[in-house]
Amino acid sequence: MKTAFINTIILDPVSGIENKSSLLVENGVISKVGELTKDDLKDAKVYNLEGIYCVPGLMDMHVHLREPGREDEETIKTGCNSAAAGGFTSVLAMPDTKPIADNAEVLGFIRHKAQDHLVDVHLAGAVSFERKGTALAPLAELHEAGAVAFTDDEKAVKTASLLKNALEYAIMFDLPVIEHCEEESLGGGVANEGFLSTLLGLPPNPSVAEELIIVRDILISDYVGGKVHFSNISTKRAVEIIRSAKEKGSKITADTSPHYFSLTEEALKSYDTNLRVNPPLRSEEDLNAVIEGLRDGTIDCITSDHSPHAIEEKEMEFIYAPDGIVGLETELALTLTELVHKRKIPLSKIITLFAVNPRKILNLPVPQIKVGEKAELTLIDISQIWTVNIKDFKSKCKNSPFDKKLLTGKSVGVMNNSKLFYGGNYSGL
Amino acid sequence: MSLSSRHLIGLFGVPKDDIQNILDTAVTFREVLERPIKRVPTLQGKTIVNLFFESSTRTRISFELAQKRLSADVINFSASTSSTKKGETFKDTVRNIEAMKVDMIVVRHESSGVPQFLTRISKANIINAGDGRHEHPTQGLLDMFSIREKLGKLDGLKVCIIGDIAHSRVALSNIYGLKTMGAQVSLCGPPTMIPRGIEMLGVKIYHDINKAIAENDVLNILRIQLERDAGTTIPSLREYHNYFGVTSERLEKYNPNILILHPGPINRGVEISSEVADGPYQIILDQVTNGVAVRMAVLYLLGTMN
Repeated sequence: MKTAFINTIILDPVSGIENKSSLLVENGVISKVGELTKDDLKDAKVYNLEGIYCVPGLMDMHVHLREPGREDEETIKTGCNSAAAGGFTSVLAMPDTKPIADNAEVLGFIRHKAQDHLVDVHLAGAVSFERKGTALAPLAELHEAGAVAFTDDEKAVKTASLLKNALEYAIMFDLPVIEHCEEESLGGGVANEGFLSTLLGLPPNPSVAEELIIVRDILISDYVGGKVHFSNISTKRAVEIIRSAKEKGSKITADTSPHYFSLTEEALKSYDTNLRVNPPLRSEEDLNAVIEGLRDGTIDCITSDHSPHAIEEKEMEFIYAPDGIVGLETELALTLTELVHKRKIPLSKIITLFAVNPRKILNLPVPQIKVGEKAELTLIDISQIWTVNIKDFKSKCKNSPFDKKLLTGKSVGVMNNSKLFYGGNYSGL
Repeated sequence: MSLSSRHLIGLFGVPKDDIQNILDTAVTFREVLERPIKRVPTLQGKTIVNLFFESSTRTRISFELAQKRLSADVINFSASTSSTKKGETFKDTVRNIEAMKVDMIVVRHESSGVPQFLTRISKANIINAGDGRHEHPTQGLLDMFSIREKLGKLDGLKVCIIGDIAHSRVALSNIYGLKTMGAQVSLCGPPTMIPRGIEMLGVKIYHDINKAIAENDVLNILRIQLERDAGTTIPSLREYHNYFGVTSERLEKYNPNILILHPGPINRGVEISSEVADGPYQIILDQVTNGVAVRMAVLYLLGTMN
């Protein structure tokens, strides 16, 4: 089976290519890059991608797929469909399933459910047994079962001593610990502490709760020598701390999510529970610092923190509603709108944030667009103007604050594992 | 003259004319409350639900009395007797009540934003009887009514709110309402009880109670939550009383002409001494009576709008 993408713009940040070209894929492998002859196109399914970018498949290293345990909210299959629709060929599934992914059986179950899909599901194991923050989870067993990171996500690793042990132990596998940055004794509030939380009467969550975990973890990581990845960076000070630690050589990396560079706490005036995220939405100043952090490389990648929640759980009083939004299907489009179009960050930088850096952090191979490589590709129309409609989401859940938002740019298709998702349909290659 | 909104969610952004209108209307109802027959037929045929998701005795009784004095049909719903304990969502509860064709909903809830959420899912007039640490507009109105009744004006007065501002729903309503009516508002308490950024509302902050007493015409003393605050936001109730308690010694020394308000229930010996609570400076029980009149005014003005 042959597939030809003609008149596309190939952009591969690893090899530094950005030019108008064509691409031939045979049996899931790139067989030719450049002008295609009549012979090449013979028997090929031809897609004319005039003005469409063809880039290495994007990865989101922070998603909650909910299976096993909450299949009413998302399954591995619907989560993967959501990823494909959003332009992703690879995700890292968080371990906060029910039961928790703190043992090889649960990872095996997820791996089994995820096989045969276009989207690759990589696995993160829990740092602590049942994510309780007391005893270490069997990290070697998790590693052997395929975990590429450890995290107690939705909580930070509970104590400094547990983190020290986890980082020391994880050195054996060269795997990172991914942190949700919130000091438990200061956190728990639902709005960024400041004038707005006071005005709205919402329990405050201070920025220092986020920054304190980052400082703690940097110190322990420096001391031990293990790798820490900070997820969902949202404050100015956090960006500054990470920047200066990186300059001094700390083995740390970081990501942020589109809601932290496209929304501020001002939005909470509606008390819309779809705006409840953790860390909470911050100030304009924080938002600008996060964007600068992305621009100068302080923040290494963008993740969605895709968190499907049942409608009855989100349609709650603000203080009772769970945190999180479904993000996979708006993530790339928000990034293109806010960072490429509004803030003029080059597309090649954005592709590095999505396709290259997460895989480097997790020691995974980075897909490349060259002959002989597996065809793992995302097709992006950076100028298509469209309106988000939560009803169109492939995710089972619709908890997004971006419904009806006008965005510029989106993924039009993805290819991976000898499968193509294009025009809303899957096809084998 | 009718109000500019069909709901009373808070005093934030409520125009001066509306507040004036409510306070003036309340004067009329205050007179009704002195008559031998205290009932007027104003809201006959209207159905009002008191939706209390958080325990409250005085506010609920005050609303209920106001509703009965106006001849409305009243239903009381409290969370402990409700289906929310059985797992029904808030939205379903409200839809069920709405289906019974109610005209007005008075709501109290521990989550800020619930009254605003109700305006989106219900057609009834919504009155906020306290949401989280956000607003408690009828308390703000009755405080203003009581001050105006006693001192004859609000414009130009200096009012200080003392206590746990951070967890208070009374403070914000007082600040908004009083400032709209031309008063100067200040706050007093230890910094752990002053929420971040509140000075941006244009209020002065005191940490010295003696100075607060000396420089203000009115003190509105907030209740200290015994169970929550001791050991966290304040070291102990004893220390709070020693440094922030309103005592007759302090009043006599620094400002014998001051007026004392307290939204109740009072903790004698904590934020207020018994001498002050029973003394000549205070109008605490007038506030309770006025509360019924002010709530009658609000119910009447909203209930006769549509």
